[in-house]
Amino acid sequence: MSLTDLANPTRFLSLTTRILPWLAGLTACLLTLGLIQSALAPDDYQQGATVKIMFVHVPNAWLSMFVWGVMSLAALGTLVWRHPLADVAAKTAAPIGAAFTFLALFTGSLWGRPMWGTYWEWDARLTSMLILFLMYLGLIALWRAVEDPSRAARAAAILTLVGAINLPVIKFSVDWWNTLHQPASVMRMGGTALDKSFLIPLLVMAIAFSLLFVTLHLAAMRNEILRRRVRTLQMMQASRAGSV
Amino acid sequence: MSALGSIIRRDVRIALRVGGGALIGVLFFLTVVVLMPFAVGPDLKLLARIGPAVLWLGALLASLLTLDRLFMADAEDGSLDLIVMSRTPLELACAAKALAHWLAAGLPLIVATPVLGLLLNLDGTASLAVMLTLLAGTPALTFTGMIGAALAVTLHRGGLLMAVLVLPLSIPVLIFGVAASQAAISGPVPFGTPFSILCALSLASMVIGPFAAAASLRHGQD
Repeated sequence: MSLTDLANPTRFLSLTTRILPWLAGLTACLLTLGLIQSALAPDDYQQGATVKIMFVHVPNAWLSMFVWGVMSLAALGTLVWRHPLADVAAKTAAPIGAAFTFLALFTGSLWGRPMWGTYWEWDARLTSMLILFLMYLGLIALWRAVEDPSRAARAAAILTLVGAINLPVIKFSVDWWNTLHQPASVMRMGGTALDKSFLIPLLVMAIAFSLLFVTLHLAAMRNEILRRRVRTLQMMQASRAGSV
Repeated sequence: MSALGSIIRRDVRIALRVGGGALIGVLFFLTVVVLMPFAVGPDLKLLARIGPAVLWLGALLASLLTLDRLFMADAEDGSLDLIVMSRTPLELACAAKALAHWLAAGLPLIVATPVLGLLLNLDGTASLAVMLTLLAGTPALTFTGMIGAALAVTLHRGGLLMAVLVLPLSIPVLIFGVAASQAAISGPVPFGTPFSILCALSLASMVIGPFAAAASLRHGQD
């Protein structure tokens, strides 16, 4: 079964009907495991129990960027290969990505309150996250502004790709603009600075959240396909009613 | 080449004549700058400190608001279809249109900057710095904004939606534009560093903008 076979929505629907329960179950198991591990993880000697916010915050932040990557691939699928499901994938990924971004901002601000003494700080990472959130919202607004899905798909695809080129630039310029946040500690040159007791729960949570995204995304794609079928049926019915 | 030249000549001529609306941008720029002292108070010291930021913000908004018309008028009278179907590469035609728009709407903003700088209590060097950074930075605003204008014309939606889509993309230009002006006036950073990044942003957007706008126009046709 290749990607071109999945171009048939019916085949996609039947495949996801089989996969989704397993995927959801696996996600639930991993999420439970990750949550238990994070709860059992030791307190940080400086940050105390608040360090556990990291186990939710970091996966959300990773996924918020990963989802834009998924949308960029889908945008290429729309523009280059005209894959029929690509615009469905792009459309349904946007709200999920916005939700992950929002959660990353939200948990970050909850973490910032005890650590920095403020809910909001105009530091580089928070600010570029906020800009990413704004771009997700703009993209959703674009999808909602146009009735014809295929027209909206191409416009959104171009905007997604422009955003993908621009995001690193924005990140770099915001970094220049202000650096108060602690430097990256997991993806640091020369190995990780995190202790194993923090790293393992974090990785489990990251995998669990990624699976959560895949599950939600596939489910949302199914819904979107069914919604489009309902729309087509309604339009056919309306035109039949009009012709009688 | 002559086709591109005639696109530029035509667009500049249309923009400068009655109904063109190129100079409305300058009027808007002036109004925004005049509004600022009413918001923050007539404190000349404070105005001098935030002056470059105010001028940049005003220029950003002014160039964004005039962009709405970049393709709209051509789409209304049908000449956009001719441009899309002509043998001139659409990317180059888009670049020519953006250049013409910058000549007609962007340059007047830069010329007006020293006068507005007087209102904000900026001294000679500061005004000159803002002018230079605007000269280097406004092409980036025009060329990235062009993507939004092309999307607006293919979707038949303009105004706020376009502004919401394009404004986040202009954040790097704003950051480095203001940073370079501040560096020239007081800042610890040498003027050259942010200024050359600003130039790089402009050059990069001159490459990306026309391609994205042309793709959007082409896909909007069928």
